[in-house]
Amino acid sequence: MSLNKEKDFGTPAREADTLVTLEIDGFQVTAPAGTSVMRAAAGIGIDIPKLCATDSIEPFGSCRLCVVQIEGARGMPASCTTPVAEGMKIVTQNKRLAHVRRGIMELYISDHPLDCLTCSANGDCELQDMAGAVGLREIRYNPQGKNHLQAIKDESNPYFSFDPSKCIVCSRCVRACEETQGTFALTIDGRGFDSKVSPGQNEAFMDSECVSCGACVQACPTAALMEKSVIEHGTPEHATVTTCAYCGVGCSFRAEMKGDQLIRMVPHKDGKANHGHSCVKGRFAFGYATHKDRITTPMIRKSITDPWQEVGWEEAINYAASELKRIQAQYGKDSIGGITSSRCTNEETYLVQKLVRAGFGNNNVDTCARVCHSPTGYGLKQTFGESSGTQNFDSVMKSDVIMVIGANPTDGHPVFGSLMKKRLRQGAKLIVVDPREIDLVKNSPHVKADYHLKLRPGTNVALINALGHVVVTENLLDEVFIEERCDTAAFAKWKIFIADPRHAPEQAEAVTGVPAADVRAAARLYATAGNGAIYYGLGVTEHSQGSTTVIGIANLAMATGNLGREGVGVNPLRGQNNVQGSCDMGSFPHEFPGYRHVSDDDTRRLFENDWNVILESEPGLRIPNMFDAASDGTFMGLYVEGEDIAQSDPDIQHVHHALRSMECVIVQDLFLNETAKFAHVFLPGSSFLEKNGTFTNAERRISPVRKVMKPLAGYEDWQVTQLLANAMGYPMNYSHPSQIMDEIARLTPTFAGVSYEKIDRLGSIQWPCNEENPAGTPTMHAHEFMRPNGKGLFMLTEYVATEERTTRMFPLILTTGRILSQYNVGAQTRRTENVAWHAEDRLEIHPHDAEDRGIIDGDWVGIKSRSGETVLRALISERVQPGVVYTTFHFPESGANVITTDNSDWATNCPEYKVTPVQVSKVTQPSEWQKQYSDFSKQQLELLEQGTHHA
Amino acid sequence: MTETVSTQSTVKEITRALKHKPGALLPILHDIQHALGYIPADSIPVIASELQLSRAEVHGVISFYHYFRETPPGKQTIHLCRAESCQAMGSKKLEEHVKAKLSIDYHETTPDGKFSLEPVYCLGMCSCSPSMQIGNDVYGRVSNESFDSVIDEREALS
Ligand code: SF4
Ligand code: SF4
Ligand code: SF4
Ligand code: FES
Ligand code: FES
Repeated sequence: MSLNKEKDFGTPAREADTLVTLEIDGFQVTAPAGTSVMRAAAGIGIDIPKLCATDSIEPFGSCRLCVVQIEGARGMPASCTTPVAEGMKIVTQNKRLAHVRRGIMELYISDHPLDCLTCSANGDCELQDMAGAVGLREIRYNPQGKNHLQAIKDESNPYFSFDPSKCIVCSRCVRACEETQGTFALTIDGRGFDSKVSPGQNEAFMDSECVSCGACVQACPTAALMEKSVIEHGTPEHATVTTCAYCGVGCSFRAEMKGDQLIRMVPHKDGKANHGHSCVKGRFAFGYATHKDRITTPMIRKSITDPWQEVGWEEAINYAASELKRIQAQYGKDSIGGITSSRCTNEETYLVQKLVRAGFGNNNVDTCARVCHSPTGYGLKQTFGESSGTQNFDSVMKSDVIMVIGANPTDGHPVFGSLMKKRLRQGAKLIVVDPREIDLVKNSPHVKADYHLKLRPGTNVALINALGHVVVTENLLDEVFIEERCDTAAFAKWKIFIADPRHAPEQAEAVTGVPAADVRAAARLYATAGNGAIYYGLGVTEHSQGSTTVIGIANLAMATGNLGREGVGVNPLRGQNNVQGSCDMGSFPHEFPGYRHVSDDDTRRLFENDWNVILESEPGLRIPNMFDAASDGTFMGLYVEGEDIAQSDPDIQHVHHALRSMECVIVQDLFLNETAKFAHVFLPGSSFLEKNGTFTNAERRISPVRKVMKPLAGYEDWQVTQLLANAMGYPMNYSHPSQIMDEIARLTPTFAGVSYEKIDRLGSIQWPCNEENPAGTPTMHAHEFMRPNGKGLFMLTEYVATEERTTRMFPLILTTGRILSQYNVGAQTRRTENVAWHAEDRLEIHPHDAEDRGIIDGDWVGIKSRSGETVLRALISERVQPGVVYTTFHFPESGANVITTDNSDWATNCPEYKVTPVQVSKVTQPSEWQKQYSDFSKQQLELLEQGTHHA
Repeated sequence: MTETVSTQSTVKEITRALKHKPGALLPILHDIQHALGYIPADSIPVIASELQLSRAEVHGVISFYHYFRETPPGKQTIHLCRAESCQAMGSKKLEEHVKAKLSIDYHETTPDGKFSLEPVYCLGMCSCSPSMQIGNDVYGRVSNESFDSVIDEREALS
């Protein structure tokens, strides 16, 4: 088939030390012990007919189409459930087998609508293929007999439909939902002839537990479960492998196309981050890329109260450049800067920081990773010597105890969440550290946290210290590891520090609210259960002591020897797709690519020689400093690529004020986002489907982003940056992003061995990739740490209570998070059918707190902090503890960041999104801010209308 | 206390009492059916969450065993024999008649809640096939007509 479908080996691969040799149809085959006869045969190109088996799930042996004969054995065993054995002699085709198979197919087909020509799976249906393979020519059963042909379709899911009349009850979908996704939303209802696939309790897919990951659709051999886009547009004809642009898992997908139209995204089996799995975002939510709100013509305006004016690229770029130059002439060299996004490709980010450093002549470049993971960069660099997680995702399958701190993998990193759940179902232990009861605690089938340390928001450091205290005082240390691998003087200091009784769980309890006994038990479990792995997320970093917590986690892992091999490690779960990459690419004001400080003379000289300019040795402004400077009148021009600072940054009113103060704000994006409403120049961006480049996921994996359609506005994003650089007078002449990657490799030791040619060859590469590790590095710090002396560094982590304390006026703590179906500020997911799952942000509040305030479920409630006030609808839930309220921030009108404060991490300025004291009360109308904001938004949309339609 | 609340608390009690036993699901379902006469749909989320299962899994098990019912049984349950001897004596025909008369299939209940229909496999009355049982009463040599009169009589009773 021209679509070049991926081969299905029928059953999953097995890993084994022993190899077995057998004979299949006269050919010798060698396969690892435990491999099925079916898979071994497929390995040498012998495809045994099958229906109920597929290689993403364990075999089941129900259809019996795959029967074979084994010399010397009686009967006809199913090849999918029969493991290979030494010396076996297998026959896969003979008259008897053919007869049996034809009989089976006849039965299936007699209860199947024979409308193949008009079926959406025509040409892509395994039932059809098998009818052909077994040579079915006639059906002896009465087609008028009892059948399922009239069964009613379930169209409830916006992305796929379920047509029971085409279902052969192979239960591949049921098993995919269980084994691959771990949601267990499907079952077989009844038995015998009456059996049928049932979501939940025999209800519609949308009413069941289904999270719309698409695994069942992928596993279905017929058109019973089918993407609606295929039903509507027909089967795709060619495919390109690319990488999801949503979250830090970085799933690999086949973009299946019909001409230049994207029909569906199918998870790629060889994808090393996802192994053929996906979530609702990457799999289905790509409609935003061609949404009517996309702006595809450049626009300019003098003031943000003027209507937008559509112009050509040249005019827009020249206007932007002349404004930036004018501002620099008037207010000085440092009065402009740039912000990149962790949604941009590595090459785009690299280019923006180069534009700022070389073209603007200052270091005023920053990235939105500032608002999420800068403490990771800092904390892990200090302790381990490299600003990244230590493992690959697959490592979790070798963990014995998993500690999840301030992360919600099943919502935030769904595909990795599924992998983790798989390991937990195999029996690994689980410790959850979170103020809220995330799904892993006890709302995932067959998964239950052994300990849920439900701490008060803002007390992470106290809790991590208590864990460390137990490890030290109960002698659970890995002395050998510490002796060999760590800086022992620093360790000795840390040991005395952490052993102090003030860190004992019994002392910490008053601060954290977590029972001391649980803390002790969890520490013992982590330290002694074998391979201990820590995964953490924004619940760790977005705090005033974010960096301290990261350091505390690193201390804990070193103290217990949980580093440097598979199954262990310290792993930040990055939010957006390219948080890791954009940090690697030097988008912080103090660092060149590869985390090298701008004041380091050797590094600077290296870049100066290559870039042919003199570079600034002082760090530039961070995002919050840019805003402060803007409000003070010293920072007047900003180039923002792919980032919506006017929605995602804390204390939004301050941000809006800063944006209004600037004289030239240049926004490069797909949509007129919130920031663009304050902009003077709008440069249309390109979606991930319209450009080439690379993303680096949370496991340091550099994966290809490939252009499957032409950029709607004419240019890929890196080309736009290049145009701007040239107009500013700094020449850039790349003709393809591969040349940008070559430059990165040339100037960055950890990337030295990376090239597009190698990425194409290997599929993806985990950095460091250099002379010592030419194929990349799945596990970091295997023999020594990346610090100059090779030793891991213990650091002291004193707990300091956040200044964000509850008071009589603000007695509740607000903390924020995300959910599965929506992505970040939601600019993309809000423009897809994903709103079917989450149409608004709600405030979760504990029944006690709600009752105290006379709030019932669904009430409008006002949430007030010292920064501002907003209004949301209440959702009464015991998932939050009394005293804590929780919301997501996917919709701009929610204004969750109106109330968050400007408090931030001491080391990196990462804002403290996770802790804001608030008061909540019942209200009847939107807040003052929401009213003003909605007026402003309306006015801006009118200005857009006027500009784009008057001509 | 409303009926649903007390039903829910019965379900919770039974589930919590048995959940730590290995293979707890079947004993729990048996006890709930015993206590309530059936397994109400809204008890499934409770059982599922207590046992760390999904709703679909619990539903799958219930629907697999004909013995479990998901709707309340009728006031009287008709157990119609489908085993060999009765089949030989024309129980198939009787079955069709019964279903038509009551307008229900096996495992269903008449809309007025008076009768449920369940198959049974040999009532030990093979000499008087076809046979059926309603409550404690066993009937032999059931014909379409005798069935109708039994039902009419019992309908008046209930
Ligand atoms: S829906 Fe598809 S995968 Fe599921 S049982 Fe039916 S045919 Fe098999
Ligand atoms: S889409 Fe995913 S969660 Fe939903 S039923 Fe299918 S496999 Fe299960
Ligand atoms: S959003 Fe994340 S988990 Fe979902 S498909 Fe994309 S990369 Fe994978
Ligand atoms: S494929 Fe082996 S039994 Fe169905
Ligand atoms: S077969 Fe019906 S009573 Fe025995």
